[in-house]
Amino acid sequence: MMLIPGRSSKQGTSLNAGKLKEEYQAVTSTIEMNESTMRKLGLSAGDRVRLSCTTGKVEVECGKPRKDEDLPDGMIFIPYGPSSSELMESDTAGSGMPMSKQMMVDVECLGAK
Amino acid sequence: MSETKTPEAAKDEPNIRIVEDATCTFCGCVCDDMELTVDLDANRITKAKNACVLGRAWFLQHGIEDHPQAMIDGREVPLEEAMDEAARILHEAKFPITYGLSDSPCEAQRVAVAINDLVLGNIDTTTSVCHGPSGIAFQGVGESTSTLGEVKNRADLVIYWGGNPAESHPRHFTRYTVTPKGRYIPNGKKDRYVVLIDVRKTPSAPVADQLIRVKPGRDFELLWALRALVRGRDVDPDIEKITGVSREVLDELVERMKNCNFGVLFFGMGLTMTRGRHFNSGALLALATDLNKYTHFVAKPVRGHGNVTGADNVVSWQTGYPFGVNFHRGYPRFNPGEYTTVDLLARGDADAALMIATDPASNFPKRAIEHLKKIPVISLDAKPTYTSRQARVAFMVATYGINTGGTVYRMDDVPITLRPAFDSPFPTDEEVLTGIHTRLKKLRANGRKKAA
Repeated sequence: MMLIPGRSSKQGTSLNAGKLKEEYQAVTSTIEMNESTMRKLGLSAGDRVRLSCTTGKVEVECGKPRKDEDLPDGMIFIPYGPSSSELMESDTAGSGMPMSKQMMVDVECLGAK
Repeated sequence: MSETKTPEAAKDEPNIRIVEDATCTFCGCVCDDMELTVDLDANRITKAKNACVLGRAWFLQHGIEDHPQAMIDGREVPLEEAMDEAARILHEAKFPITYGLSDSPCEAQRVAVAINDLVLGNIDTTTSVCHGPSGIAFQGVGESTSTLGEVKNRADLVIYWGGNPAESHPRHFTRYTVTPKGRYIPNGKKDRYVVLIDVRKTPSAPVADQLIRVKPGRDFELLWALRALVRGRDVDPDIEKITGVSREVLDELVERMKNCNFGVLFFGMGLTMTRGRHFNSGALLALATDLNKYTHFVAKPVRGHGNVTGADNVVSWQTGYPFGVNFHRGYPRFNPGEYTTVDLLARGDADAALMIATDPASNFPKRAIEHLKKIPVISLDAKPTYTSRQARVAFMVATYGINTGGTVYRMDDVPITLRPAFDSPFPTDEEVLTGIHTRLKKLRANGRKKAA
């Protein structure tokens, strides 16, 4: 599946409280998928999920489903933070910029929290 | 603009200060119309009138941290001792790097460049993992540009590509681009047509008149197709299959772009952080240039941090290049991919790091973070971070724009003066960096390090 890290309002406001605070860490380790994708994967809001790729793996929480028209099938959104960095490849293709969006990851359901 | 003052309403409450025309430095909008209510007893801002949701969090969450000014290996030390140690680390390193700077005022950025000139180091800013690819494209393609004030007063077609300002820059719409009434846009939003181009429907979508969904990783193809159509060329009949956007939608957008009075393309990380990077930014900049054959069209990157634009400006006017600058040979060289920080750390080149108002230990790729753990790090930040936690020398500094003055650049390269709200017991970035610079000059009294 395709992981797209990005900014969100909650990520921005919790950043101001402090990156080492619980709120920021919770916000940046919660993913979003659309209803159909979650149904296909047998996921519900609050479930734990492992995202992995050749670079690394992280455990995150599944957030509330987004409407199908808001987020394409097979796409995962996560607010920028330590979890998305863990999966980021360091190769910048000579540009200085690592591929920070559109990262291909495997998804494994770990069940309810 | 008026100076910091105590209006009638606050006179009866001696410990309350009102700061008018204060500037929010959380994001690149750098809104300079804040009215702050400051509780001087508590050293806290209690109200931030005109601030957006991010600005309110920025102002209201910043108090005085219960934290030492300086630490070495997690142990509290006097400020002077920490500056001695920081200077020693940079003096002895063979490949010292400096990174960050986009949440520091220009005055501090200038000293950081001077330090690197002295130690023959490598200086890079968070631009390299933000609009660095756009910086590369500017050099190759050029930039048709304007201020946000011109956009407010003239733009009747506003296109956002690969960005979500509703969440990243909430007042971009309301101060400059969508709702405000301008000199030639008397009816505000009614006189504008707003297009959002993105891979997903973001919270910015309700503001737009039209949402165009591009397939992930197909921005370049879509931009190139638009360029072809603007120039009257034909495009691949399978363009919809490739980009997810129909020929009909493309034709309509091209006509709209060619026939507007003043068009603007704002672009974000959706272009620079994806496959294609600087080619994507370059294609968009070239599209804006092409459109100037028909009408007035500009392109502006939407910048993230409060003074990331200042960092580009300061590093450019001091070295000739905007980021990723290396002084090893005694003169500045620019080479993204070689002198940019992710690459330097991932390759294991750097042997000491000066991290200014940035947290690479949290937001860099894992391989880069692993190397950062192996080398001595000096950090300057206004809050504890993953980077400050692992730093050999950690300085807690005053928050720019809240506790310190100085100059920052708005995302359209307009410099703005900061108005501090209350004093801080912590030193400023500029004071710490000047202290380190002064010590380095003494350590190098026998002359500059021999260039490689």
